[in-house]
Amino acid sequence: MLKKKQSSTPFYMDCWFWVKLIVFIIFALFLVWPFSSMITNAFETGNVSGFTLDNFRKFFEKKYYYSALWNSIIISIVPTLFSVIIGVPMAYFMTRFNVIGKKLWHVITILSLMSSPFLGAYAWIMLFGRSGSITEFFANYGITMPTIYGFGGVSIVLTLKLFPYVYMYTSGAMESIDVSLEENAENLGSGKLRRFFTITLPVVTPSVTAGALVVFMSALADFGTPMLLGGQDFRTLPVLIYNEWLGEIGGNGNLASAISIIIVLITLLVLIIQKNFVSKKNYIMSSMRPPQEKKLKGIKRILVTIPVAIVCLVAFLPQVVVIVSSFEKTNYSSFIGGFTFDNYSKLGSRLWTALQNTFVFSTVAMIFIVLIGVLMSYVIVRRKGKTGGILDLLLMAPYVIPGSVLGLCYIVTFNVKPLILTGTGTIIIISYVIRKLPYTVRSASAFLLQTDPSVEEASINLGVSPIKSFGKITARIMLPGVFSGAILSWVTCINELSCSIMLSSGKNNTLTIAAYTDIVRNSIGSGAALSTILTVTSAVILLICLKVSKGKIKV
Amino acid sequence: MSNAVKIKDAVKLYGKSMVLKGVSLDIKEGEFFTLLGPSGCGKSTLLRMIAGFNSIEGGEFYFGDTLINSVPAHKRDIGMVFQNYAIFPHMTVEENVAYGLKARKVPKKEIEERVKTALELVQIERWAKRKPNELSGGQQQRVALARAFVIEPAVLLMDEPLSNLDAKLRVQMRTIIKKLQQSLGITTIYVTHDQEEALAVSDRIAVMNSGEIMQVGTPEEIYSKPQNPFVANFIGVSNFIDCDVDENGVLNVKNELKLEIPMKKKYAGKAILSARPEQISFGEGGMPATVKFATYLGDRTEYEVELSDGQSIIMSEYVKENGSIKNAGDKVFVSFDVNRVSLYESESQEVLSC
Repeated sequence: MLKKKQSSTPFYMDCWFWVKLIVFIIFALFLVWPFSSMITNAFETGNVSGFTLDNFRKFFEKKYYYSALWNSIIISIVPTLFSVIIGVPMAYFMTRFNVIGKKLWHVITILSLMSSPFLGAYAWIMLFGRSGSITEFFANYGITMPTIYGFGGVSIVLTLKLFPYVYMYTSGAMESIDVSLEENAENLGSGKLRRFFTITLPVVTPSVTAGALVVFMSALADFGTPMLLGGQDFRTLPVLIYNEWLGEIGGNGNLASAISIIIVLITLLVLIIQKNFVSKKNYIMSSMRPPQEKKLKGIKRILVTIPVAIVCLVAFLPQVVVIVSSFEKTNYSSFIGGFTFDNYSKLGSRLWTALQNTFVFSTVAMIFIVLIGVLMSYVIVRRKGKTGGILDLLLMAPYVIPGSVLGLCYIVTFNVKPLILTGTGTIIIISYVIRKLPYTVRSASAFLLQTDPSVEEASINLGVSPIKSFGKITARIMLPGVFSGAILSWVTCINELSCSIMLSSGKNNTLTIAAYTDIVRNSIGSGAALSTILTVTSAVILLICLKVSKGKIKV
Repeated sequence: MSNAVKIKDAVKLYGKSMVLKGVSLDIKEGEFFTLLGPSGCGKSTLLRMIAGFNSIEGGEFYFGDTLINSVPAHKRDIGMVFQNYAIFPHMTVEENVAYGLKARKVPKKEIEERVKTALELVQIERWAKRKPNELSGGQQQRVALARAFVIEPAVLLMDEPLSNLDAKLRVQMRTIIKKLQQSLGITTIYVTHDQEEALAVSDRIAVMNSGEIMQVGTPEEIYSKPQNPFVANFIGVSNFIDCDVDENGVLNVKNELKLEIPMKKKYAGKAILSARPEQISFGEGGMPATVKFATYLGDRTEYEVELSDGQSIIMSEYVKENGSIKNAGDKVFVSFDVNRVSLYESESQEVLSC
């Protein structure tokens, strides 16, 4: 049984070597390769052979293009600022006071965050659009409402959808702040307001900026909102990418690639600024005594509840509007009131195709996300080595690369031999996996980091092989993290638009694509019905997930 | 079946640094053997090599007559108790203890019985159905212990099992561990940095420093006959005083005292006298010294005294009659118990005293 003396390399390294290799191949094939093809593509044109900067020159010469760059930047900055202005006080109220209906508000913020990217825009058009119900209501009295289209509308909708990121990141930090810090400040004679600005706020700043960063990136990458609300004059970079490639103007893939590079450079720049800013002022909190919720009574309690309630209800309004209007009778492109199921029954087979595609794509993607996510987080946390760091970096990529850019990368790469995948469901599934994998990896890693490696060693030395020990012990411990990560990625997959709309060919339409197309075509009844199905499905799944994970969802 | 463990010239490399420099040990069947040393001396590294969690860069490891270098960790038949217990958080106490037996395909009936006996032995049968997060540190440690010995392993390994417990519990647990080991007769290798713990539980101790074995012996041998100044200093308290040995083997201590210490071999030259506090006493004919500080400890008094050249030494004296305690500033004479002190060559640090 025993061979001669040999230096024994750790035997169980071998299988992890293969895991790493496979993960690297996946990333190389579906991230690195497409991304570099897109970069090459940006420096080529159909007319001239070889390296050229023509695409970038064209971009910066024509106002049609460079104005979109400016638009993109302001519709990212403005919602980010407003998200901080709304999110930070809300986090403070929700963590420190006995706000009435606290759980409800919390759930609502999560639901609006996870809603379809175009839902807010659509609902606001129905209310304040050219023939929106509120617009028409005021028009009867001769009052003209300010327009919802363009910069203002896009900013409002994005702020209301994205402020929960700041709220959630900040409240996480506020819950773990040590009260003795604040008490100290009070002892030293600081007033309440002064205490908030000199102690509480600086300590939670890293989390606030982290949340703000996510808002910025999501706003910059958002495709649905500016597409619906921007109108003819207000274009952003993701809209340009879509138009350039697929639009009716006669697509220019090379220019779309150049625009993609510009958008990725902006996200990278912002990411670097945030990282340097945060890492310089990172306070490590060892919270011995987390703050207690302050029990307010009577009028004071109502006063802290009102702002929270207003914000949450306005943020939740789109979902309500969409659901209600899906049961309204329509006359071509406008709602005429009265209850009906027609919007649903008229969908017919289109609904079934879209439903089937959505569920099959998202579920298959989720299975792969779980499998790869579990193995990957294990490799990153436990077998880091020299390559683990690269994996960590690759995982950041989906945060930096907007959906429409990844879509373009795939089109550029998989439209030609050797690997033709465009127009298939497979490529949509792959895009889901690559984009949503980080959720699961991060939440699984969190559980893994809390568990000492010796727990797995204990299983091995009790006679269970390393592979089985991983399955019986480690994977089992990671399960709650994997579960919530998988649910979140499933919900975000079914609501995904910006990437899949680039990759889909009619027969692969998902619910989001179908709903979006209907809305654009002014077929508003069926659009509302499809959106409602999406919204309700997401809400039900999220509520189950919240129930199971006892409200601890990390986004 | 319990096994003897034999290690020949074990070498461990981390990159280019050699963490174990050719360690050899011969651990007898059924023995309670302790690896003792300061942190970073390589004791845990060696234990993890025996367990199969660290690669072996050189040397041979035997369980009985079997070379185990290339046997994977899960086939070595080892029970291990980890510093942080490593309890499976998602299983009850019972399931934790049964885990190794299930892996060995022991019949269900027998598993139940053996788990029950094991839990009784460590006195936690009351908590059999509890989850680990409902248990205190001491209770978790008992689960870890039961889980390791219930499989009746060839060798039981313990990696600083008591270091996370409070002082009182530590003393209690080490007695439990010692009694358990004696009644089960499993060869046990125990790692600790706590010398008192090592002296209390071990049949034999290997004192380690910077990847080398400094001395192997019974607790008594280690304490009373330390083989080099490191061991003398690491175990208990020792005073080191430079001195010279003349041609006739007579020790000259700072030109103030001459001692004749029984020596193994003929030696002349510089030497180090090592004396423990209780091996030094007050008395006429000793070296002149001044009391600097006295600490009354009830049954004895500890003194810091200064020799005439300014060196401070620590000594202790049992309180024989009331009112005999000396005060700071008192002029005294100190002498050494020549049959119990140790003497080392200055250059090689080798022991000279018998």
